[in-house]
Order: sequence, then structure tokens, then C-alpha cells
Amino acid sequence: MQTLLLSSPDYQTLLLHGLGLTARLFVVSWILAMLLACLLAGLRSAGGAWVRALVAGFVEYHRNVPGLVQIFVWYFGIPQLLPSGIQGWINRHDSEFLLSCVALTLYAAAYMSEDLRSGLRSVGPGQREAALAIGLSRLQTLRLVLLPQALRAAVPPLVNQTLALFKATSLAMTVGVAELMNATIRMETETFRTFEVFTIASGCYLLVSWTIMAVGAYASRRIALARA
Amino acid sequence: MLEILDTFGVALLIGQYPHGPLGGLAMTLILSASALLLAFPLAVLVGIGRTAPLQPVARVAALYTNAIRGLPILLVVFWSYYAVPALLGKSVNAVAVMLIALVIYESAYLGEIVRAGILALPKGQDEAARALGLGYWLSLRKVVLPQALRNMSPSMLNEFVVVVKNTSVAYVIGVNELTNQAYQVNSQLLSKPFEVYSLLAILYFVLCYLLSAAVRMIERRLTASSRHATVTAGASLSAV
Repeated sequence: MQTLLLSSPDYQTLLLHGLGLTARLFVVSWILAMLLACLLAGLRSAGGAWVRALVAGFVEYHRNVPGLVQIFVWYFGIPQLLPSGIQGWINRHDSEFLLSCVALTLYAAAYMSEDLRSGLRSVGPGQREAALAIGLSRLQTLRLVLLPQALRAAVPPLVNQTLALFKATSLAMTVGVAELMNATIRMETETFRTFEVFTIASGCYLLVSWTIMAVGAYASRRIALARA
Repeated sequence: MLEILDTFGVALLIGQYPHGPLGGLAMTLILSASALLLAFPLAVLVGIGRTAPLQPVARVAALYTNAIRGLPILLVVFWSYYAVPALLGKSVNAVAVMLIALVIYESAYLGEIVRAGILALPKGQDEAARALGLGYWLSLRKVVLPQALRNMSPSMLNEFVVVVKNTSVAYVIGVNELTNQAYQVNSQLLSKPFEVYSLLAILYFVLCYLLSAAVRMIERRLTASSRHATVTAGASLSAV
């Protein structure tokens, strides 16, 4: 009977390091994507025709190109266009992580902005008119009337998108970010204990994914309107 | 970018074919279409399982769906890459490995669409069928599924775009599809990564954009013809 792979301190470190990088990639791009998504949704509903068309183009690009290709464009392609000073700075600051993070952020922001926008559109125009008519300011209308209702509709798709973003972090392995998937493949090539290694990796991914699903289901229940 | 298209355009479209294996965009499309077709019957099973009145069956189906939905496609591909040859006891072509991974992955997502389609059908359909004396399977086969499948065909076709994007992951196990082909072109040129990968992104964009547009068109046709269908049904009813 062989000893378990995880009893080796080396592999514990490798796995924990991978998990840590996956978590960092996920959390950083999620927060940035959420902020950018709010901005994009706002621009799409309030901006002029040109701004709206630009945002629409941004969203269409990210929806119709595979995430892997978007990471390739950012990691292999974009640095070629940058002045050498910035290129050097990126290379000194963990370019793999940085550029994958940019790619993942933009990718998730495009989808999330659409979720927010359809949430806002699900609130009927009468709501805004009524809020303004009873004397709420525009900001109050947005904060007290429109956003709470829009979020109710937007939370389930946003949770799905959060899950998709978490899973998409694994794509960063292809450009050499030492995240969980990368650590998994390294452990496999070093030990050849395929089933054990992939079972561990699957367990890690499922643990986080199911947590996201459970939190999402709880949040959706909490904000759902009480059924009459 | 145009000179890249000039030199490598054919390779990006069909790979080395006919002097070598088929690859490029053609491989991407063949992989996606076969994955969707093969995943469909499995997805119907998963959808039936998810809505089954027998609790254990519903639980197993839910576990399957949630497990697949919780894993990155990349991990499913690696599982398939190592597990399929081990289970079969012989080496397996990378295209087949990718196809199996895609079918497993898509069966879970399509299964959710089937489930949604079954649940979205008014309860009265099944109840009426049962009241007429049809059993569970007969009601499912003759009444529920035909309507549910028709109603969800737009979502199913939309899934084609998702599959096309997922095939790009096949590059990691060396399948010669579009992304891999571009990767090879890039290693030949070395100095033009931005041009090569922008071209790759544009190719995917055009492909997926056209596919989505086609799906929207089919969707419009379907809703139009189903209105027609209800009208004819009503007419034949009044004729009776």
C-alpha cells in the first residue's frame, strides 16, 4: 500500500500554493469585474449612442470569443503593442498572473454587465416614474426603488457567472500561472498517480463550486419575494 | 494580418488536409456538432432523471449534473485524457478523448435545459395524459417530451455556440483544432503574436456571431410556426 500523496509535505505545499493562486485570481478578477460591470451597465443605459455602441461591441467580443483565446490575446499579443518600459514593468511583476487577471476581469465583466442590464430592464418604467412623482431624487430613485428590484432579478445569473469565472481561472494554467490546475498537472507528471491527483483536484474544485452554488441559492431565496 | 491569412489561411480553415489530418476551423466545427449530437440523447436521459418522481433517481441525476457543473472543462478534458485510455486498456486518439469530454460536459448542461423545458410545460398536460390512462413513460414520450423539446430547441441551439467555444480547450491535449492551429502558426512566425491571436479571436467572433444570429432566426421561425400550429389545431378542433 502506497502512502497517500497528500501526506508528503512537498505536495501539500504545491497544492496549497496552487489553491492560493486560484483563490487570488478568482477574488481579484471578481471584484474588478463587478465594478467594471456596474460601470458598463450604467454607460449602456445612460450613455450616448456612441458609448452604447462601444459597450455593446465590448460585450459581443467577450461573448463570442472563447475565454482561452482572450487569455492568449492578452498574454501573448497585447505586450507586443506596449512600449518597452511598460513591457519590462509587467515582466517584473508576474506577467502571467497580471495579464490572466486582466483577461478574466474583462471576460467576466462583459457577462455580468449584461446580467445587471437585464435586471434593470426587468423593472417596469412605471416604478421610476412613480418614485420621481412622489418626490424622490434621481439618486434616491435608483438606490431605493430601482436597484433593489433589479438586483433581485440579477442575482441568480450573477451567481452563475461567478461560478463560470471561478472555473475559468483554470484556463490561466495554459500561460503558466501556477494555479490549482497547473499544480495538478505538475503533480501528475511527477508521480504518475493520475487517479489520486485528479481526485484531489476535483475535490478542491467541487468544494469551492458547491459553496458558490449554495451561497447563491441561499442569497436568491433571501431576496426572493415572499410567495403570496 | 492579411499576409498571415494569405499564407496560413487554408491551414487555419482545414489544417493539413488533404495532405495530412483535418484540422483548424473544420475540426472545431466537426467536434462541436458531433459533441452536441451525441450529448443530446444523454441530456434527455439526465433531464428525465432530474424530473423523475422517484427520489433516488432524481438525486443521482442531480449529483451528476452538479458535479459536472462544478468542474472546469479543462479538468474534465484531463480526466478524459488519462481515464479513457486506462479504462479501455489501449491508447485513444486525442480527438476521441476530447469528444468524450465534451459529451460528458454538455450532457449536464443540456440536461438542465431539458429539465427546464419539462418543468416549464403546464402541469395540465401531464395530468390530462394520465387522466386519459397513459402511464408515466407513455405520457412522457407522447405528450410531455415532444412539446418540451420543441419549446427548448432555441436554448439547445444556443448551446452550440457554447460548445464551439469549449472546443478551444482541446488545444491542451493536442487536438488540431482552430486554437491549436493558430498556436502553431504563432510558433512558426514568432514575431507576430498580436496579429496571429487577434486573427484567431476574429475568426471565433465571426463564427460564433453568425451562429448566434442563425439561432435567433430559427427561434423566430419556430415561434411563428408554433403560433400557426396552435391555430390549425384550433381550426381542426372546431371542425370536429
